[in-house]
Amino acid sequence: MSKVDLSVKIGSLEIKNPVMLASGTVGYGNEISEFTDLNKLGGIVTKSLSLKPRKGNPPQRIVETPAGMLNAIGLANVGVEAFIKDKIPFLKQYNVPLICNIAASTVEEYVECVKILKDEEVIAAFEINVSCPNVKEGGLIFGNDVKSVARITELVRAETSKPIIMKLSPNVSNISDFAKVAQDGGADAVSAINTLVGTAFNIYTRKPKIHNITGGLSGPAIKPVALAKVLEISRNVDIPIIGIGGIMDWKDVVEFIIAGASAIQIGTLNFIDPSASGKIIKQLEDYCAKMGIDKLSDLTASYNLD
Amino acid sequence: MLLVQAPIEDTIELDHSIFLLKVHSPEITSIIKPGQFLNIRITDKPYPLLRRPFSACDVDGEHLMLMFNVMGEGTSILAHKPKGAPVDILGPLGNGFNLEDDYDTAVVVGGGMGAAPFPFLQRVLKGKKEILTFIGGRTHKDIITYGMENLQTATDNGSEGLKGNVIDLLNEKLDLLKSKKIKIFACGPAPMFKALKVFCNEHKFNCEVSTECAMACGFGLCQGCPIESAKDEGKYHLVCKDGPVFNINDVVI
Repeated sequence: MSKVDLSVKIGSLEIKNPVMLASGTVGYGNEISEFTDLNKLGGIVTKSLSLKPRKGNPPQRIVETPAGMLNAIGLANVGVEAFIKDKIPFLKQYNVPLICNIAASTVEEYVECVKILKDEEVIAAFEINVSCPNVKEGGLIFGNDVKSVARITELVRAETSKPIIMKLSPNVSNISDFAKVAQDGGADAVSAINTLVGTAFNIYTRKPKIHNITGGLSGPAIKPVALAKVLEISRNVDIPIIGIGGIMDWKDVVEFIIAGASAIQIGTLNFIDPSASGKIIKQLEDYCAKMGIDKLSDLTASYNLD
Repeated sequence: MLLVQAPIEDTIELDHSIFLLKVHSPEITSIIKPGQFLNIRITDKPYPLLRRPFSACDVDGEHLMLMFNVMGEGTSILAHKPKGAPVDILGPLGNGFNLEDDYDTAVVVGGGMGAAPFPFLQRVLKGKKEILTFIGGRTHKDIITYGMENLQTATDNGSEGLKGNVIDLLNEKLDLLKSKKIKIFACGPAPMFKALKVFCNEHKFNCEVSTECAMACGFGLCQGCPIESAKDEGKYHLVCKDGPVFNINDVVI
């Protein structure tokens, strides 16, 4: 069997395979390293980092829903300074592209975070979270406004030459409008989708099941939505897409790539099977070999819509 | 922390939809401590999606026992898995009880299914410490007796033991408790913890509680299970990683 080339390019970022671990589902890498060889991954995306540490929302932060889960963690994170001091030394021992996810409540704060982090050699790229549905200020307010996304992209672009990935919200009418301004603003790629806003009620107390009232829906329930969004972006912009949303196995990965993704991120699945990503990489290789695909990147946007 | 497939040896219906699942897992039983928990994947289908956390109820040689009440889809599927079927276990998780403290008598306090972690604790302490057990429930149907030493009970409706709650029972035995060098190990619902905190602080009893919170991963990835620190204002601990066992005065309950 000939060796399959799984490597893909995300702008100037070259990764050995398309499988990344999504922000907010792997912390800063240390816990999941007990189950997954981080060196084998295409990349790992940190929990969203903000300028100052954030405590996050009170419990209950999580509830299971049919084929999915709602979360409203509230961007609990250590902040950029503690990340550099306490988390980067651990991550330095691995040879895996580290992508820093940045969240902020003002446009200036995004820029400030990137400014502080950009010279850290271990950071391969930035993913800019303009789509968190679970905080009052920032997050989705930016993600719902094309002009804000354009401005944040331009300002962050001006700050660093490292690859920039804009993480887009599905909670909009036309996600490709947002992908277009990200492209025009100089982003290397977009990642799609962040979670869908949802809620759930306790029918006996009539109270929402999570403290924040609404949360972000993830898991296999959102996969068809995510695929449609990736396809929409793929048909309207040229920069690479990182597909995210309900991936549970290698077949889901292939589906995302066919729909237009150059790479993918595994999210909720990490909670259920923290060893899944390693298996998926191997199975992708087997699929390509079986299908006679020499280069996995040839599969991107290979949909047949006729 | 391991991911294992442990075959079911037996499923025993204790009483009133409370089940004891016995699996064979030498990998887990050789390292697990009382108060730690396991996160169980019920099915590889998309529903129920998330793992379900269960206390290590008991460990006997290479056998691990999990106790649970059939509450919904997940526990129902688990209760009906056939003998020999593999159970997908992630664990052991969490910190467990600190059994090494300075005490002669372990006072075990459980409310309802909160009794689940204590057969294991009692098995480990047997012969080393005196054990007194106090279990409360709404009715006699909620009283778990499996693996309990020197058991005294209380029920809200008086159908078994003292009519009242488990804290009323502790108050009734106060002279006995005060005559010994005790440490309290407790697990149960939030109202029980609140009353227990008042009771322990009034009488200066050392007490550890095993807490619970909805969680997805069970080991710190999802950040879904915060519990407020009582000592460090504005800080959350994670139930899964920093707990589930805390000193009763270290957390807001």
